[in-house]
Amino acid sequence: MNWPRTLAVGFLLTLALMCGLAAFIAPSGYAHQFRDIPSAPPSHQHWLGTDDLGRDRLSRLLYGTRVSLLLAPGAALLSSLLAAIIGATAGFLGGWIQRVVMAATDLFLSLPWLFLLITVRALMPLNVSPVFSVVITFAMLGCLGWAAAARVVCADARALSNSDFILLARASGASGFRLLRRHLLPNLMPLIFAQFWISIPVFILAEANLGILGLGVAEPLPSWGSLLRELESYSSISSSPWQFAPLLLLIAVVSCFHLVITDRELPA
Amino acid sequence: MRRVAQHIATILLTVVLGGLLGATLVRFAPGFGVDEEELDARRSAASIEALRQSNRTESNVLSFYAHYLGGMAHGDLGFSRTLNRPVSELVSDRMPETLKSVGLGLILGWILGLAFAIPVAMSRSWALDLTAGILTGVLLCLPAAVLALLFLLSRAPARLVIALIIFPKVFRYSRNLLVRTAGLPHVLTARAKGLGGLRVFLWHVLPNAGPQLLALAGVSVSLAFAAAIPVEALCDLPGIGQLAWKAALGRDLFLLLNLTMIVTVVTLIANSSADLLARRSAA
Repeated sequence: MNWPRTLAVGFLLTLALMCGLAAFIAPSGYAHQFRDIPSAPPSHQHWLGTDDLGRDRLSRLLYGTRVSLLLAPGAALLSSLLAAIIGATAGFLGGWIQRVVMAATDLFLSLPWLFLLITVRALMPLNVSPVFSVVITFAMLGCLGWAAAARVVCADARALSNSDFILLARASGASGFRLLRRHLLPNLMPLIFAQFWISIPVFILAEANLGILGLGVAEPLPSWGSLLRELESYSSISSSPWQFAPLLLLIAVVSCFHLVITDRELPA
Repeated sequence: MRRVAQHIATILLTVVLGGLLGATLVRFAPGFGVDEEELDARRSAASIEALRQSNRTESNVLSFYAHYLGGMAHGDLGFSRTLNRPVSELVSDRMPETLKSVGLGLILGWILGLAFAIPVAMSRSWALDLTAGILTGVLLCLPAAVLALLFLLSRAPARLVIALIIFPKVFRYSRNLLVRTAGLPHVLTARAKGLGGLRVFLWHVLPNAGPQLLALAGVSVSLAFAAAIPVEALCDLPGIGQLAWKAALGRDLFLLLNLTMIVTVVTLIANSSADLLARRSAA
């Protein structure tokens, strides 16, 4: 492991640990209001100040990071699983099944990602509890983000299906399911794992976009999207620079994920 | 000719299947067939029943879809409940604005991307590569909505945001592609024979990389349309993206479905054109 990658992994693990312990290290709850000091600048009590409703910004940042940082991998896991099942099965079976699945995948990929997301989000109830909105947002990201990964997995599964060791396994009488489970899937794991890592920053950015547009996680639960939405109410960039802390953290986290994925694994 | 027909058939099939899928989703979305006018206390029981009856005509998915397709064939894309106007009118009003933003964003994004990628690939300057790498790395970490907000705060032209979304993707892909192509044996031979940098690029690198760059051009249209939503919504540009956002917030599913279909068809046409051009240039 090279040093930028080690640093990135270290940073992500530290941040995940801090967010996991948010209940102990955050100065207050994410919804607790200090009503006498709304929009306060940074101080000893509130390191990043308070928002318009008097809520401690640092606490909201820690809890919001927890939501985005822990649920984006969850969504990535869901989409990678879907991609593995769809892509591996299509690639393994080949023929008309592969053609139909790949045509459906191409159709899915031709839809602009954000249009698809807001359409599906609008199909679900908008006025829901904060926890349900988190589940809806990330489940939707997971269910809609499989197409690109499935295409890659399918191509690899097809190439593996035509390889000599699969031919030998077939010749020795292994059943289709056994071939898939014991021979194909273990060889696809590195690829699926890479697709999992690639999906995480994509989903973090998608949630941020949805949150800023008011279609993500519902208030008062914070997420990077809802925290960044505060930028909308500022009049200029220089008025209160500490309010850009969520943005800087988002850039740092997404950069770290990009560093974790090596050049070899990144799509060209 | 056969390939053109194949692409047209794909687009038509996409419209039919996508429409059916969309109609099914709309039909089974929570709240379908319920009119908020039912809550109006001034309405009589008979009036509410009549309202429910009129909504019930759309309750079957297939008849709902057939009705929708029939309307579409006659240029009727339905009616927006939230904006109280026909969808076709809304689209024709707002499409030019989006096409302007997306067109400008694509042109600028590609110019920027290639302006960095070509010198990096041809000169192999590590300083330029590092600078462009860091710049595009930061841009890739920013959601389109945040870039739009930053442009709004700094009072910069909002249309440039789409260019900054396209630029890093074009740069990364074309840089890798051009570096790989510039390392091919025939390019090295041309260099060894003393050909100038421009001639090597135009005669030996570009013809090889061209088809793949054209494929990326098709994909970048889809990226630009997706970026148009936050840019137009947050920077108050009256285009299709802003309309889609308003439709999503107002749960105007019919309008949203039509907009998604229209944008999908536009991106499919762009992808098909890019594919056909790429095959032609490769041949």
